[in-house]
Amino acid sequence: MTELTKLTLAAALDGLKAKEFSSREITQQFVDAIEGARTLNAYVVETPEKALAMADASDAKLAKGEGGKLEGAPLGIKDLYCTKGVRTTACSSILGEFTPTYESTVTQNLWDEGAVMLGKLNMDEFAMGSSNETSRFGPVVNPWRRKGDNRDLTPGGSSGGSAAAVAGDLCLAATASDTGGSIRQPAAFTGTVGIKPTYGRASRYGMVAFASSLDQAGPISKTVEDSAILLEAMCSHDMKDSTSLNVETPDWRSDVSKGVKGMRIGIPKEYRMDGMSAEIDKLWEQGIEWLKVAGAEIVDISLPHTKYALPAYYIVAPAEASSNLARYDGMRYGARVDGDNLTATYEGTRAGGFGAEVQRRLMIGTYVLSSGYYDAYYLRAQKVRTKILNDFVDAFDSCDAILTPTCPSPAFAFGEKSGDPVEMYLNDVFTVTANLAGLPGISVPAGLSDSGLPLGLQVIGKALDEAACFRVGGELERAAGFVAKADKWW
Amino acid sequence: MSVTKDDVRKVARLSRIAVTDAHAEELVGELNGILNWIDQLNEVDVDGVEPMTSVVETTLPMREDVVTDGNIQDQVLANAPRSEDGFFVVPKAVE
Repeated sequence: MTELTKLTLAAALDGLKAKEFSSREITQQFVDAIEGARTLNAYVVETPEKALAMADASDAKLAKGEGGKLEGAPLGIKDLYCTKGVRTTACSSILGEFTPTYESTVTQNLWDEGAVMLGKLNMDEFAMGSSNETSRFGPVVNPWRRKGDNRDLTPGGSSGGSAAAVAGDLCLAATASDTGGSIRQPAAFTGTVGIKPTYGRASRYGMVAFASSLDQAGPISKTVEDSAILLEAMCSHDMKDSTSLNVETPDWRSDVSKGVKGMRIGIPKEYRMDGMSAEIDKLWEQGIEWLKVAGAEIVDISLPHTKYALPAYYIVAPAEASSNLARYDGMRYGARVDGDNLTATYEGTRAGGFGAEVQRRLMIGTYVLSSGYYDAYYLRAQKVRTKILNDFVDAFDSCDAILTPTCPSPAFAFGEKSGDPVEMYLNDVFTVTANLAGLPGISVPAGLSDSGLPLGLQVIGKALDEAACFRVGGELERAAGFVAKADKWW
Repeated sequence: MSVTKDDVRKVARLSRIAVTDAHAEELVGELNGILNWIDQLNEVDVDGVEPMTSVVETTLPMREDVVTDGNIQDQVLANAPRSEDGFFVVPKAVE
């Protein structure tokens, strides 16, 4: 039997429509693959019965020549999205066995288009982490390994489960979310594609909140075209999220093949960081060359406040988290740890339910918002954010999109960076600026490191110009011809 | 700026997170590491700069002030750690 799990989303949708195979067949193959890949720890909830029931419903529609844009396509869902009747904990102990009685808007959009849910994907607790090591269920293991080295590597984070599941053929594509790089960094670490759209494109309703002014939904997939297909289905205007933008979702799929002829591509000099490895620099140069050959004009640009993006992020994100996560008090849902009095119950519940990294960020957030420090930290950081956005606005006067590496390094081994929080935070140095400025950013696999691991290039577009990300991303994908897959060892 | 063990205790209290003495000690170093690193923001001249609120200019949407859902007591209580007779059961809050 053909291995349907290896198909791209686009090819699978074509095959389903042409009745070359049924949704039940492809779904069953994924169910079996997931069962055989538990070593990777990508799924924290498997929903095989639900998946097969959804597949049968899709097959009935497909038989009549009906169905939505994703009819019959099996997907994985990051555990950050509330799914009605299926446990959702954002991989935090504090949510206990929380089982939503409602559906997130993004996932509802996918089911409305006929997608099939395979299960919930592992992630860093409340999306706070860059290595998946903060999950209550233990880390996801990257399907990729270094050449001649059997050590387990991180798939990145926080959407590590989404990235590993796509790279390991455990779903056709997956939902993910990005607050500081949580879609793009894991995509880069696993040889997959991931895009964070403009802030407000996708509804945040039913997504477990981390930092509300930065959180944004997006897909991780095998190809740029697949990301376009899935993102189109995920985005919508939603009255249930007041920051959701009332704008049309364009046909991004057609942008993927348009090429970059005549586009101006900005290269920000501030992203050439001290100590950046030679192979990352080489990949970036290669990317520039590919786009030049394809007819783009390369423009040197400056984003002078780049170095302040991460420190600003580590004020804004923890501050918003400390406010958002105040809801976990053990009273109305989640796990409760009883104490001698109400305060002791609160404090015990939160000390027992939150992991070390979440506690650290909540305390930082509480500190920077506390009386006497608000102006010095939070307000200043929000002003620095304006300067970072203005840097981009100025740069976009002379270019249509910006090309950068996605990450300063390839995937690393567990424990290699968990000793020093700041060192871990530096992983997001190239991705976090797009969150602070609310801009769309895509990561596309573009080559292999000397150690045989995937490396990604990032394209940042203007606000609401995901089309530029898809055009440039599509060109990079064609030029790179990246087809490498992790050798199956699991 | 740097924090002391007393500051950590105060912040933990405000965050409603119980910390042991040993953990508070550890946190002093960790939080100071992070706070010293973010202190570089002081280099940025932010005079006359408006704090950012949204990337895309937009006004908050308004809707009619009417009830749009309700009568879902079972759903509201479905995930409660403890509930009885249609109520959440919580520790005594008023002496």
